[in-house]
Amino acid sequence: MTTGLTAKCPECEGDVSLTAGVEKGEIVPCPECGAELEVVEQDPVQLRLAPEEEEDWGE
Amino acid sequence: MKVGVLCSRIRAEEKLLFDAFQRRAIPFEKIDDREISFDLTAAPPHYDIVLERCLHHSRALYALRILNQWGVRTVNTYEVALTCGDKINTTTALVAAGVPSPRTLIAFTPESALKAIETLGYPVVLKPAIGSWGRLLAKISDREAAEALLEHKDTLGSYQHAIFYIQEFVRKPARDIRSFVVGDETICAIYRESSHWITNTARGGEARNCPVTAEIDRLSRAAARAVGGGVVAIDLLEHPDGIMVSEVNYTMEFRNSIETTGVDIPGRIVDYVMAVAGVEAVPA
Repeated sequence: MTTGLTAKCPECEGDVSLTAGVEKGEIVPCPECGAELEVVEQDPVQLRLAPEEEEDWGE
Repeated sequence: MKVGVLCSRIRAEEKLLFDAFQRRAIPFEKIDDREISFDLTAAPPHYDIVLERCLHHSRALYALRILNQWGVRTVNTYEVALTCGDKINTTTALVAAGVPSPRTLIAFTPESALKAIETLGYPVVLKPAIGSWGRLLAKISDREAAEALLEHKDTLGSYQHAIFYIQEFVRKPARDIRSFVVGDETICAIYRESSHWITNTARGGEARNCPVTAEIDRLSRAAARAVGGGVVAIDLLEHPDGIMVSEVNYTMEFRNSIETTGVDIPGRIVDYVMAVAGVEAVPA
C-alpha cells in the first residue's frame, strides 16, 4: 500500500517516508526495522529489500 | 547534446551529480546497468558523453569497453577503469610512471607468497586485487598468521583471491590523505582519520580538510596521469620516506568531502564531463 511519498517496508510493514525527488535506484533505510530498501518505482513509490553488497562493488 | 549517466544503485554521489546537471539545465539519461543490454553487432546508440557511476567494477569495465569501442566518449575511459579497478594494474602503472608507492610484491601461490611476505618483513598488508572500501584487507604480523591467511584465501576464495597482492605496512600517522583530481587539477583533499589502520570513511574514518600542498598536488596529478587521467580520487600515505600513492579510485565517492573542503566536487565533475563532450562551461 502506498500513499503519496510514503510506502510500506517490505520487511516489517512499517511506514517509510520519502522526500520529493526520490530517485529510482536510491537506497533508503526503514526507520522502524533499519532494513536497507531500494526504490524500484517512483510513482507510486515501491520499495524492495536492497541487494547485499557484492564483491566487486566499490569506487 | 545527449548525456548518459551509467549507474545502478543511486548513492548520495549520484543524486549530487544529477542535481549538478539539473542546476546547469543539462538534460541527461540514466542508463541502469541492471536493465541495459548491449547488441555488439548493431549500430551503436548515440551519446555525446557517458559518465560512468556503476557500483560493480565488472559491469563498469565491460560497459566502458563496449562504449569506447563504439566511439562513445566516457568519463572515465575503459583504460582508466582497467588500471584503477585492479590494484596490481594500478601499482604497476604508478611504478612505471615513477610515482612513489609502497613496496609491493605479487605472488601466485601460497608458498611463493609466504616467501614474498618474509622478503618484506612483518607486518605486511594483503589486499584483494579487486575490491573497495577497505574490504578484506589484512595486516599480517607473524608467520603463523601468514600461513593461515594464505591457506584460507587459496582454499575459500575465488581464484582471484589466490593472486596475492602483498604490500609493506606503512607506519603512518593515524590518517591517510585522499585527494580529488579532475582533469589535470587537484581540486581538493581530505584527511581520513581513524585510530584503526584502515582509514576508509566507509569503515568509520573521519574526514577533515587537508590543504593541497605543492607535494600533494604534484603527486596527485602524477598518479592521475599514470592511470590515464579523468576524474579520480588518489589515496596517499604519509610514509616515513615521504608521501606515497597507495591507490587510485575511478568511480570516486565524495559525499563527505564537499562541506569538508568547501569545493563543489559534483559541479566540477559535471563541468569536466561537458568539457570532454566539447561543451564550454555551463553556468550553474
